[in-house]
Amino acid sequence: MNLLEVNNLKIDFETPEGLVKAVNDVSLNLANNESLAIVGESGSGKTQLVFSILGLLAKNATATGSIKYEDQEILNLPDERMNKIRSNKISMIFQDPMTSLNPYMRIRDQMNEVLIHHQGKSNKDATKQSIRMLEAVKISDAKNRINMYPHEFSGGMRQRVMIAISLLCNPKIIIADEPTTSLDVTVQAQIMELFKDIQKEFQTSFILITHNMGIVADTCLKTLVLYGGKVMEYGLTTDVFLKPTHPYTIGLLETMPRIDREYDVLKTIPGNPPNMLNLPEGCPFSNRCQYKINDCSELQPSINTINNQNQQRACHVLPKEFNL
Amino acid sequence: MKNKILSVHNIKVHFFSNKQFYFPWQKREFIKAVDDVSFDLFEGETLGIVGETGCGKSSLARAIIKMIPIASGKIMWMGEDLSAYNKTKMQKIRREIQMIFQDPLASLNPRMNIGEIIAEPLRTHYPKIAKNIIKDQVKEMMKKVGLLPNLINRYPHEFSGGQCQRIGIARALILKPKLIICDEPVSALDVSIQAQVINLLKDLQKDLKLSLIFITHDLSIAKHIADNILVLYFGKTVEMGLSKELFNNPRHSYTKKLISSVPIPEPRLR
Repeated sequence: MNLLEVNNLKIDFETPEGLVKAVNDVSLNLANNESLAIVGESGSGKTQLVFSILGLLAKNATATGSIKYEDQEILNLPDERMNKIRSNKISMIFQDPMTSLNPYMRIRDQMNEVLIHHQGKSNKDATKQSIRMLEAVKISDAKNRINMYPHEFSGGMRQRVMIAISLLCNPKIIIADEPTTSLDVTVQAQIMELFKDIQKEFQTSFILITHNMGIVADTCLKTLVLYGGKVMEYGLTTDVFLKPTHPYTIGLLETMPRIDREYDVLKTIPGNPPNMLNLPEGCPFSNRCQYKINDCSELQPSINTINNQNQQRACHVLPKEFNL
Repeated sequence: MKNKILSVHNIKVHFFSNKQFYFPWQKREFIKAVDDVSFDLFEGETLGIVGETGCGKSSLARAIIKMIPIASGKIMWMGEDLSAYNKTKMQKIRREIQMIFQDPLASLNPRMNIGEIIAEPLRTHYPKIAKNIIKDQVKEMMKKVGLLPNLINRYPHEFSGGQCQRIGIARALILKPKLIICDEPVSALDVSIQAQVINLLKDLQKDLKLSLIFITHDLSIAKHIADNILVLYFGKTVEMGLSKELFNNPRHSYTKKLISSVPIPEPRLR
């Protein structure tokens, strides 16, 4: 059984400039102890997709479709019921560790707050649990450090605290929204290592949002590539990376220089990231795609299953026509 | 033999703490942001400066153009010692050394249109040039960096991040400098745009025989763009050498650690 199932999710935003279709017909599923990466550029709808899972969408948004957690529909649940799922079942780590901690509160209070609010624990029990979690994320001297303020920690340490907070109520799913974007490479490597350890120890499922293909290859079992709010490609990471079947995935993999290779000229994806107010009629990637055919700019490609039902792609052009 | 255009000898940058009062026997507290760094830069070459947050990359770059004072050391530009220069003399040097900043949108004045932004260095350094000549030069420069010249009257907010960075590059190039210091020019851009900007910089370098100082924390990009690499750690040079040698055969343990931390997008290499 799938732990989390998202079917035909659509998220629209009413803005003064017009209707923005941030997420358009996205389906995905996540099993127990599995990790899924959502890859995409800014404006691809990846953050709004996970916000809808936790019911954090802005007021001007309407979400349709279905999101099921353990066969229970959780899309558009009222806040009261959603609060029982948040943190207890699904928790989230936000992008910027500098701004997601409250600078006025000690780490202890910020951590205990979660346990007191969601599990009704006493302050004393909560502190015990908080210290245990800080130790789980490998913060040494947790007993004393828990009394510190966020500014006394470095960026990497703050992200560790955030991870500890998200682990407090033993959630089944942790959603990490670009957890390492603002960190140095060496710290990034440590944090990703920590994620892998935690997954082994606590048997949690992960949804990792990123634009760094390197991290995905290293940590996630499945990969979903989003562009302009639509699924471009979805499948096992090994398949998506080694046998990409969508021009955008191919482009993404080629455009980022790799440290183990040498290049004369970098390959580029021409054009600019999509303007969500003004998406092409057909495939959102069509105006940047080098394999574009006539259908592309008019007809939305349907999502096809290939590779023994393991991989999904949305493209009019057959994979064999890409010269790799 | 290539011309040596810039050589930096044992440069030090110190930042003093904000403490107001000291007893006479107390020394002022300071942080050594850059500590004893030396390098040479030749015409048409790229020096990549890599390191983690707070290692002094940006301070080093700023010290070279004397945006911040240096505590000791020597900066030789085309054989002349910059550290002895006063403000008016420095002004002339700044025509030849330009800078590109990290945040493309924040480094452009939102109240000026693109034409004014790109023309501003020309107007400050050569106030006597006629308006129509400036306009022609701006348009030519816009073509060079891949912007359509008819966008000249638009304002920065109307452009995407990648285009804003192109505007920043055009502004740096309009004085025909010999050296451009790029302070993390692509780290704020989307991944699909980064390669475009890097390729543009490389092409321009070939055309105009520019030298570049390229500051970045992304080692894969540094490896691709730089001829020489300088690895900084807490303000000190850890390792310096030809890019190829340094990446294929890192000597210092810190360099090794940095290189091994970069994730490789290849699932089987787990």
